[in-house]
Amino acid sequence: MEAGAAAGAVPRGGPPAGEGKGAAPRSRHRSSAPRIRAPQWLKYPVIALSLLPAAWLAFALWSDLTRNTRLLGANPVKEMEHYLGEWNIRFLVLTLAVSPLIQATGWGWLIRYRRIFGLLAFLYIFLHLTVYFVLDVELDAALLVEDVTDRLYITLGMAGFLLLVPLAITSTKGWIRRMGNRRWNALHWLIFPAVVLGMVHYYMAVKRDIREPLVYALIFGVLFWARLRNRRGSRGQAA
Amino acid sequence: MLIRVTPRHAIPSSEVTDESVYRNRREFLRQAGLLGAAVAGVGLPRLARAMDGAGPQGQGPGKLGAVAMGEDLRKDLTDWGDVTSYNNFYEFGTAKDDPAPNARAFRVKPWTVKVDGLVKKPADYQLEEFMKPHRLEDRIYRHRCVEAWSMVIPWRGFPMADLVRRVEPLPSAKYVEFTTLMDPKQMPGQRFPVLDWPYTEGLRLDEAMHPLALFVTGVYGTDLPNQNGAPLRHVVPWKYGFKGCKSIVRIRFTDREPATAWNKAAAHEYGFYANVNPGVDHPRWSQKRERIIGGIRSKATLMFNGYGDQVASLYAGMDLAKFY
Ligand code: HEM
Repeated sequence: MEAGAAAGAVPRGGPPAGEGKGAAPRSRHRSSAPRIRAPQWLKYPVIALSLLPAAWLAFALWSDLTRNTRLLGANPVKEMEHYLGEWNIRFLVLTLAVSPLIQATGWGWLIRYRRIFGLLAFLYIFLHLTVYFVLDVELDAALLVEDVTDRLYITLGMAGFLLLVPLAITSTKGWIRRMGNRRWNALHWLIFPAVVLGMVHYYMAVKRDIREPLVYALIFGVLFWARLRNRRGSRGQAA
Repeated sequence: MLIRVTPRHAIPSSEVTDESVYRNRREFLRQAGLLGAAVAGVGLPRLARAMDGAGPQGQGPGKLGAVAMGEDLRKDLTDWGDVTSYNNFYEFGTAKDDPAPNARAFRVKPWTVKVDGLVKKPADYQLEEFMKPHRLEDRIYRHRCVEAWSMVIPWRGFPMADLVRRVEPLPSAKYVEFTTLMDPKQMPGQRFPVLDWPYTEGLRLDEAMHPLALFVTGVYGTDLPNQNGAPLRHVVPWKYGFKGCKSIVRIRFTDREPATAWNKAAAHEYGFYANVNPGVDHPRWSQKRERIIGGIRSKATLMFNGYGDQVASLYAGMDLAKFY
């Protein structure tokens, strides 16, 4: 997975880093890349597939509660929090991977999936928070406040979530039109601090074994780096 | 305190090992099969691992007869399947469902326990000799993990105090230290520096002498499954679960407070005493309530895990927020 992400950040056949200053990597890729265009309807199976984890979780909970199964193991509430938490991270990775991937492949049509994955990430984070509030805190507002103020990993998770709320709200076509590309892009830059908050929250939520969060941190690192590198490239282009 | 000692072989009519455990399992397997196709990988790894845990070494619960303590908790017993598949035993992996599969091949025979330090009779015991003079009894204890979940477990073991008396600590001995086996070949978790291996734990001598403190070799009327700390662990039910040392190879008497594994890893989170205390929160978990393993219900946590009337006097005059 790491290797894949890293490979995606380096345009295949493109100029080695630092050499392509004057070139216009983007258009070059577009012309040289095979013209792969995905059909419009592809997004429906992608969305359906993406909802499968949530559907499975809902089914498992229902089954455990009503049919005496143990699909969610011995501690269903924690299992749900962890399961959803991991999907939060995965969808954030997917969301942030879209732009570098377009950069690397020239497949402009992928851009549609950035918004889709972003909204799916938000959905999963919302479900994660909902499980926490309904099943873990058991709707006890005082306990929620205590957790948010006293437990830093909850504070950070909550902050990450709140940062993503305006992004989810403004993700419709209408809002993009109203705000204009520039302002919309500026607002949606908030995904980066949100991811950082989510990652620190993740790191703090695991007790001792930090290997998994480190792997994800590495993946995000590569994705951030690909973006920065690309930005620098286009600045050079403008100059 | 009165301890009712039941002869080991007098197993009465109240054979309670929950049949529902087996039924659950069969039902579970059936559904796992049904679901397999539907979820196509989404939940399968976890399912597979949970199934591994359901039958350690193909072992099932034994017959749990009369218990010497905790009869009132019998109705709340945690399922055998959960007791043996939801484990914190980092030597075999950090996920709760790691130990059951990873400990399957763990060799608990032969097993030697070293008793040393400030004692009159230091010795290396074969486990059989170690246990020989003691009569095992079944006791149902509440088990509260620092991660804010709890079980009710029917342990089989003998009072730690009996062993302590047998090996005759010197007057200078004030603490007991327990050490888990160090064997990265068999314990894959020890290949990563998650904790400062080997795992060590400790008790004040008077805590170790308390009649509730138990050396444990079995659970649910049968030998301890490997993932539960076979072949020998200890249990102090008024403390958080991590105070119980598993797969013990050494018991050392000392005059200084022993360094303990979790305390070394994060001193502000895990104290030496680690008494269950709903009034002192862990930085990450409120300790006011606990999740009851086996479902989504929770309940209020009791001071000293409900054993306050028996153990509170050990800590008279101590500030338990300071000595957490
Ligand atoms: C950017 C938003 C968030 C992300 C990316 C995120 C991600 C995660 C991840 C990856 C885990 C650990 C999963 C594992 O151990 O495998 C986790 C755990 C958890 N998260 Fe979040 N989370 C977010 C927001 C929140 C919010 C808003 C809350 C509640 C206010 C929350 C509450 C929790 C809880 C209670 C746990 C379990 C901790 C434990 O093991 O005891 N998270 N989260």
